Amino acid sequence: MATPTSQLAPVDSSPIVSPPLTEVGAEQLRQWKSSGAILTFQRWVTIIGSLVVASLALCVLCLQFGATKLDMGTVLSALRGWLGVGTPDTAGTDTSAVIMLHIRLPRVLTGFLVGSSLAVVGAALQALLRNPLADPYVLGVSSGAALGVSLAMLFGIGTTVAFLPGLPLFGFVGGLLSLGAMYRLARSRGRLPIQSMLLAGVILNAMLTALIMFITSIMDPNRSAGLVAWLMGSLTLSNYGILSMFALYVVGGAALLLQKAQIMNILTFGEETARSLGVETERVKKQLFLLAALLTGAVVSVSGMIGFVGMIVPHAVRMLVGSDHRVLLPASMLAGGMFLVAGDTVARTILAPSEIPVGIVTALTGGPMFLYLLLWRKDQLV
Amino acid sequence: MISSNERQIASEPSTNAVAHRASRLAYEIESIRFRYHAGWSAGVDWILDDVGFQIKAGDVLGIVGPNGSGKTSLLKILANVLSPQQGMVRLFGDDLAVLTPQDMARLIAYVPQDTHQSFPFTVAETVVMGRFAQRRHTLWSGGFGWEDEADIAVAAQAMATVDIAHLAQRLMPDLSGGERQRTVIARALAQSPMVLLLDEPTAFLDLQHQIDICRVIRQLKEERGLTIVVVSHDLNLVSQYCDQILLLDRGRVIRLGPPDEVIEPGTLEAVYRCRVLVDRHPGTGLPRVTLPGRSLSGRT
Repeated sequence: MATPTSQLAPVDSSPIVSPPLTEVGAEQLRQWKSSGAILTFQRWVTIIGSLVVASLALCVLCLQFGATKLDMGTVLSALRGWLGVGTPDTAGTDTSAVIMLHIRLPRVLTGFLVGSSLAVVGAALQALLRNPLADPYVLGVSSGAALGVSLAMLFGIGTTVAFLPGLPLFGFVGGLLSLGAMYRLARSRGRLPIQSMLLAGVILNAMLTALIMFITSIMDPNRSAGLVAWLMGSLTLSNYGILSMFALYVVGGAALLLQKAQIMNILTFGEETARSLGVETERVKKQLFLLAALLTGAVVSVSGMIGFVGMIVPHAVRMLVGSDHRVLLPASMLAGGMFLVAGDTVARTILAPSEIPVGIVTALTGGPMFLYLLLWRKDQLV
Repeated sequence: MISSNERQIASEPSTNAVAHRASRLAYEIESIRFRYHAGWSAGVDWILDDVGFQIKAGDVLGIVGPNGSGKTSLLKILANVLSPQQGMVRLFGDDLAVLTPQDMARLIAYVPQDTHQSFPFTVAETVVMGRFAQRRHTLWSGGFGWEDEADIAVAAQAMATVDIAHLAQRLMPDLSGGERQRTVIARALAQSPMVLLLDEPTAFLDLQHQIDICRVIRQLKEERGLTIVVVSHDLNLVSQYCDQILLLDRGRVIRLGPPDEVIEPGTLEAVYRCRVLVDRHPGTGLPRVTLPGRSLSGRT
């Protein structure tokens, strides 16, 4: 539109706001829409719609894989039975259907929710801390939550197998304390330099891990083995009881986070700017801290420490769909869910019939990407 | 959703501003004192010490002073992103401390010195964010309130005003410092404010865009009756484009008045502790500051 030599109109000739605004705006909106300069509702529907379809397809696909491979027909007929749209007698009678419905389906669904929560917490922390490298695992929030859950287990509140609705709350308190500590340690003169944040995260992780190891060493060996397996990040404990409890936390927490999407956009410009644009920064910051810790606590109590999902998923999604949190948050949830379902499928098939913790898979894929960003994209991170 | 007609009125404060303009005071600053870390460092010097002055509605005020004189802190207090420990700031008669952030953002737009952004928002997205406070606040407006055509139009016009319309789909981290600065100024204009606070708005700009921003400042004053406060190191720009100049030194007001009274060698030499030449701008007749050349500095 503007020529390279474009100049301002002379002071006296053009009023700054000239009516009618709606016509000008509609025309501008069409231009920006076609050039991708701005997120529109139509684009939002396209992106989220296609991710929903992809998520469903991936979950169904991954239901086939595990210690025993099921064929697609069995998966689909069992699913139809579960949803009540097919002939219900196949469900529950045949062994494959039992595996499908009582082992694999809750596991895939739990995995999806774990990935979603980690990704949405990562995206929220990134906006809150103004840093694209923030991740609940790297910053020590997950370790804090894990310490909280381990303490609860040490004192017999919940076990590694039975899930108590209170367990995520211990994770929440632990996560909140370590998030608060990281924030206080890293913040200097109103800023959060990435180096201090990562450093604070490293030190917190080391200290919290030492405390968790201490707990495992004083525990009854039978129980501590389970605790260690859980800490490494795995979805082996999934069942419908855990799933439904966990889903409540995730849906509630994520809805409250999505409700702040536009505010998160503004927060990325820094607290002072956000305040001057009309955001009650102090209140919003506290809410985001609480929500991030709550979701992390819930995730950690279900699946232990699964790293890097919260960092790489929002980062990749941002490159594809842009930075607007109205699309970034839900798209990250769907993509994070898919990432973890796929990762868990690898974890349970690569050495079948035994399986490896999914935390190993995410760390081995996410870690290198983190290093890549640290090495070659430094300029964009500071 | 608010109707577009209502919106158009809501986003057009000029009638109000013009009414205020005649005689009203925009800001009344009553002997404020301010320092950082108030809680635990009682021995620390005040950044601003007993600063009191008034800004008439519709005036362009330039704040100047040496490094560390408290210019930026004062501007942040006017923007209410910092609060003074003592004293009071009134805006159009209301105590700043009791206004909600949303009310504040409808009245005041603040352009900080630091416009860094590491998230890849587009320029258009950034400018449209200026409309946030003008949108009616409902449960979901902080999350999924979508901009309507009037918001887009105001944003587009703000972008045209500072010559960044052609950058609409560019990403913030890829912009030059000057382009990013103009984007942030456009976002401030998109707020449709009555008061515009600018911290070093010309620092990263080339000559053409420096003059453009200064013209925009005058244009906003003339056409919309905006009250504008500019912090700048550039004594000449301030002298040419501001109605009033506030000279700060070590947290105190040294002088407040029109350029003729403030930009004069005696005052400047005492504050900046170096020799300056002050003559008249050949075009406008306003004071012009020149640093001593080689021979002059050699003599001192």
